[in-house]
Amino acid sequence: MTDTMSTTPPQQTALPGTLATDPAVRPAWTFRGWAEHLKLHRDLLAALVQREIKVRYKQSIMGFLWAILMPALIVGAGVIVKVAMAKLAGSSVSLDSLALVTVKAVPWAFFAATVKLSSTSLIANSNLVTKIYTPREVFPFAAVAAQSFDFLIGAVVLILLLPLFHLDLGARLLLVPVFVVELILLTAALALFLSAASLFFRDVKYLVEVFVTFGIFFTPVFYEATMFDKWSSLILLNPVAPILEGIGTAVVGGPFIATGWFIYSAVFAIVGFIVALIAFKRMEPYFAESV
Amino acid sequence: MSSLATPVLQVRNVSKKFRKGELYDSLRDLIPALTGRLFKLRKSGELGDRDFWALREVSFEVERGEAFGIIGSNGAGKSTILKLLSGIMKPTSGTVHVDGRLSALIEVGAGFHQDLTGRENVFLNGTILGMRREEIRRRFDEIVDFSGLEDFIDTPVKRYSSGMYARLGFSVAAHVEPDLLIVDEVLSVGDYVFQRKCTEKMASIIKSGATVVFVSHNLRAVAALCERSLLLERGQVRKIGPTRDVLKMYLDRAYATRDSDHAPKDVHIERIEVSRQDGTPAVEVTPGERVRVAIRVKARANVEKLAVVLSLTDDGQYEVFNTSTERLGAGTFSLNAGGVFNCSFDLDLHLTQGTFHVGCLLYRYDIQREYDRWSPAGTFFVNSAVDVRGAANLYPRLTRHEVETAAGREAAAR
Repeated sequence: MTDTMSTTPPQQTALPGTLATDPAVRPAWTFRGWAEHLKLHRDLLAALVQREIKVRYKQSIMGFLWAILMPALIVGAGVIVKVAMAKLAGSSVSLDSLALVTVKAVPWAFFAATVKLSSTSLIANSNLVTKIYTPREVFPFAAVAAQSFDFLIGAVVLILLLPLFHLDLGARLLLVPVFVVELILLTAALALFLSAASLFFRDVKYLVEVFVTFGIFFTPVFYEATMFDKWSSLILLNPVAPILEGIGTAVVGGPFIATGWFIYSAVFAIVGFIVALIAFKRMEPYFAESV
Repeated sequence: MSSLATPVLQVRNVSKKFRKGELYDSLRDLIPALTGRLFKLRKSGELGDRDFWALREVSFEVERGEAFGIIGSNGAGKSTILKLLSGIMKPTSGTVHVDGRLSALIEVGAGFHQDLTGRENVFLNGTILGMRREEIRRRFDEIVDFSGLEDFIDTPVKRYSSGMYARLGFSVAAHVEPDLLIVDEVLSVGDYVFQRKCTEKMASIIKSGATVVFVSHNLRAVAALCERSLLLERGQVRKIGPTRDVLKMYLDRAYATRDSDHAPKDVHIERIEVSRQDGTPAVEVTPGERVRVAIRVKARANVEKLAVVLSLTDDGQYEVFNTSTERLGAGTFSLNAGGVFNCSFDLDLHLTQGTFHVGCLLYRYDIQREYDRWSPAGTFFVNSAVDVRGAANLYPRLTRHEVETAAGREAAAR
């Protein structure tokens, strides 16, 4: 790469309401400049999200049930695991531990499905990637946003089910949105990174599938990290783990894990997002040639 | 703000290098490849064993309000240049500078989703092409009206015919109103009436002051729309200038290069000559003039039951005439290895003014097997003193023309 490209004369910014689709008009990369550029394309992002959702619900008989199918299956599996573990321990299954599985299944289902879907988001839109210039991050972002819609449906159903567990709900519920935002940010980081990587390397897609399938065993969904005593740190190194534990505790109650873990996963999500975004933007010019 | 003085599009010394074959396609291949790279670093100006230049040192400018054509044979780098202009790809070196809003029509209906209705796709495709939602809403009726698909707008596009699909796609794209519109081959879609509509729309977009870069195989469309053109050849600029000159150079070179890249066949067309009655090559003729097309066929192996087809096409690839040795009563002919067949067609060119191309096809009559095709094998212009258009020259004479005023008619009635 020669640097003639960067010697392009400075360019006036686009008028409000018009789109600067030309590479020379793109301002030097700053987070602010990026956000403004993306803002110009917000209608496109909205249209893509709408497309994802419409297409998914248009011709499926199950319609909105799709959104709760995965969490429901995970809850079912979780209940079986819990019952089996209780049998081994010779105790009975507490309502709280069932509530924990149910609460954690919904964000995990979102995470797993989104990572899988978004990692192929650029490949799936290859006809657009090779034919039209748009900021390419709209594709993984649209996948994340469309999945968030399913997440929302799952969450609503979950809220309706909560009274069954006779929980002692408190002010700590206010922490849930914070954890959810953190989870979405982390997922978006992975979406950016994996969508670009799978464009260059075809086997990334299969790696993602394997990791997502087995990820549930390495993430505290069916169990709590604290069950492992001194080994619990190993479980919590997985940045999704503190988020799920946080959501679980905030809804069901009990002692929170050490605050340091929450800071760790928040930093992981924020730094991960920035790094993934920079890497994505740097690789972007080569997407069209690599599809 | 953009001023009139600066060109809308400036392309300076743009080169683009591609690698033949795949990049590292999987992570498994990456690790050995990376270790290999550590020992052999390469600068971007050099070519590796598997690299090639898709474009080399291409420079041109397009002024505001200008329609600019890019022509060249397949593989000359036309598509690559479009992708660089629209920002889809980044040049290996050089700069592309666009002043204002750019819209690229590289494929009509790109981004249409099969399961969505026409209406939903208008919004989706419009935003993809860079329109604001509000803008699409405002011009929605206009877009649908232009496409002529009012009755099907709420039908999923997967039930559309390919023509309907293309019509809707062009309609959306034609309403984007960019400062610079890049068009690739879109005029070759839809039925004749819609093609006319597209050409007219393009002309009106150009007239309204937009700048258009037009890449096409349809030479007539380029000639009709663009004052200035660029001829690309193997990734390099061969000529930039008035479209007529560039087209002539392109056509001349296309014939000249035919023999060199011609693979040996059992039997092939060796020579085609189009000459006037005085024996000089026919370049410019008058309507009704008689020309002779002499064709020489040579065999490398024994072949039988052959026939030669002669055709004339106009600039829009429309075939205006077609005949064959067999149809003219010569029957079929057979050749031994090394044998030669000569034939001449005398044609009375009752044509209107325009550019016409002579084509020739050699085939085996009974099994309809094509041996060789040479098209276009020659080009001539018909120059008419009378302004007549269309395919056939009917030598019109205006036998009466007078104006009847309303007062005069009333007087006659009384």
